Amino acid sequence: MDRIGGEIRKILRQWMQLVEFFGQLGLDIRTDLRHPGRHRWRETLYYIDLCGRRSLGIVVLICGLMGFILALQGGLLIREYGGELFVADLVGFSLLKELGPLMVGMIATGRAGSAFAAEIGTMKVNEEVSALTTMGISPVRFLVVPKLLAMLIVLPLLAVAGDMAGLLGGLLIGVTYLDLPVSAYWGRTLQVLSPQVLTLGVLKCFVFAALITLIGCWRGFQADPDAQGVGRAATGAVVSSILLLVVADLFITLFYASIGC
Amino acid sequence: MENDAIIEVRDLTVGYDRRAVLEKINFTVKKGEIFCILGGSGCGKSTLLKHMIGLLPPFSGDVRLFGESMVYADDAARHRLMRRFGVTYQGGALFGSMTLLENVELPLAEYTGLSRAERRKVAAEKLAQVDLAGFEDYMPAEISGGMRKRAGLARALALDPEMLFFDEPSAGLDPITAAELDRLILKLRDQSGATIVVVTHDLDSVFAIADRIIMLSKQDKKIVAEGSPCDLRENADMLWVRNFLTRDGLSRR
Ligand SMILES: Nc1ncnc2c1ncn2[C@@H]1O[C@H](COP(=O)(O)OP(=O)(O)OP(=O)(O)O)[C@@H](O)[C@H]1O
Ligand SMILES: [Mg+2]
Repeated sequence: MDRIGGEIRKILRQWMQLVEFFGQLGLDIRTDLRHPGRHRWRETLYYIDLCGRRSLGIVVLICGLMGFILALQGGLLIREYGGELFVADLVGFSLLKELGPLMVGMIATGRAGSAFAAEIGTMKVNEEVSALTTMGISPVRFLVVPKLLAMLIVLPLLAVAGDMAGLLGGLLIGVTYLDLPVSAYWGRTLQVLSPQVLTLGVLKCFVFAALITLIGCWRGFQADPDAQGVGRAATGAVVSSILLLVVADLFITLFYASIGC
Repeated sequence: MENDAIIEVRDLTVGYDRRAVLEKINFTVKKGEIFCILGGSGCGKSTLLKHMIGLLPPFSGDVRLFGESMVYADDAARHRLMRRFGVTYQGGALFGSMTLLENVELPLAEYTGLSRAERRKVAAEKLAQVDLAGFEDYMPAEISGGMRKRAGLARALALDPEMLFFDEPSAGLDPITAAELDRLILKLRDQSGATIVVVTHDLDSVFAIADRIIMLSKQDKKIVAEGSPCDLRENADMLWVRNFLTRDGLSRR
């Protein structure tokens, strides 16, 4: 009975801390907006580099292969009925609206989310987080805000790059395996894909960026202060990010459907 | 005597997850005093320190620094208090992505209107003060544990604090470096009149620097002795206290 009480108290306390975390985040974002000079630009650039430039290759590769696979699978099916050109629709829509942003989110989770949790967890072990606090510097402003800004900048750009790579992957199958002329396939792609479709997909990335960053950082702050605790925080960040990413994706898609997009 | 108390700890009960580590602790530290907190391993020295500097909320009781409550202060007031004291952590707690100079510069950049050049000058002075001149551009990972500690001290000194807290400053230092650190602590107090609170295990250091000490007991969860170290070594009521201060009767040959 006492154990259960203890567990409940622990969970309640964690929720309280989560609310405080968001409160602090709101305050710190306001501070940085009012005094942009105080924002930690160097850190922001570092994370743009870490999550952006260094993830570009793998994003392009995975999304390219995704387009490739989609076209192949779609081609197999559609070929029996004719109308191979519709593969362009299939690849375009599923990539831009769904798979592109989701794949980018997954890659960023593995790369950035776990790194954020490990970094903040390690800083907690080394009492660096305490040191920030006793210097009167908000650890959230110092550690979370630069990561959040970097991710908000980087993920949409990565998604656009991934989308392009995926379309090219699809095109490759279209012109080889399906024997479609390049101009026909590309023309069809441009015909069905409005800028709106691209935008809807990219907008998802802002939500994903916030989710991945906040979960990673939160797990880091909550890490048990030892080596294993930091490891658990990093894994925990990845697992809960993936789950929440998919759930968020579902709700965004439902929302898009409800407004008729 | 109450008047010149700059740190007041009143009926403080602290612990983790409802389990109290220390109960109803009372003591004061006077301005300009060097005050040491002693006790067996796991008796709650670090825990007490963390509560004194406002990192953890106590179960009950109050900690007052400069006459203001740390416990009941709102965030803004607590941050104002925090700027007036410096803390050095066991491992230095330097920020790994910044050079030593940038670490020391950080509080200056946050709280002073100094230009970059002035900040760098002050930071370099602080590093020189702890014997780290020439290491300005090293990363924390590139220096030894003792040097990290001293760099952490330099950072704590950056804003010329009126009060300094140390958690085990001499742990892991060789005797000469430890003695130098003690000398530095004495110098800081004598030059700037800073009040200094030290958690330590190092008896040599205690006898060298402490004006007054308290000893905590894990069993009783309270202070079992308070006074000057030499006085307690000779005259403490509890045998355990006398033993602790004489290393269980096994003194130096
Ligand atoms: N984060 C924590 N969560 C739960 N219990 C803790 C935590 N930190 C410390 N404790 C417990 O509180 C007690 C006091 O710990 P503390 O670290 O304050 O001891 P200490 O006097 O500093 O010991 P040492 O001299 O070894 O550093 C110990 O029994 C420890 O198990
Ligand atoms: Mg300790």
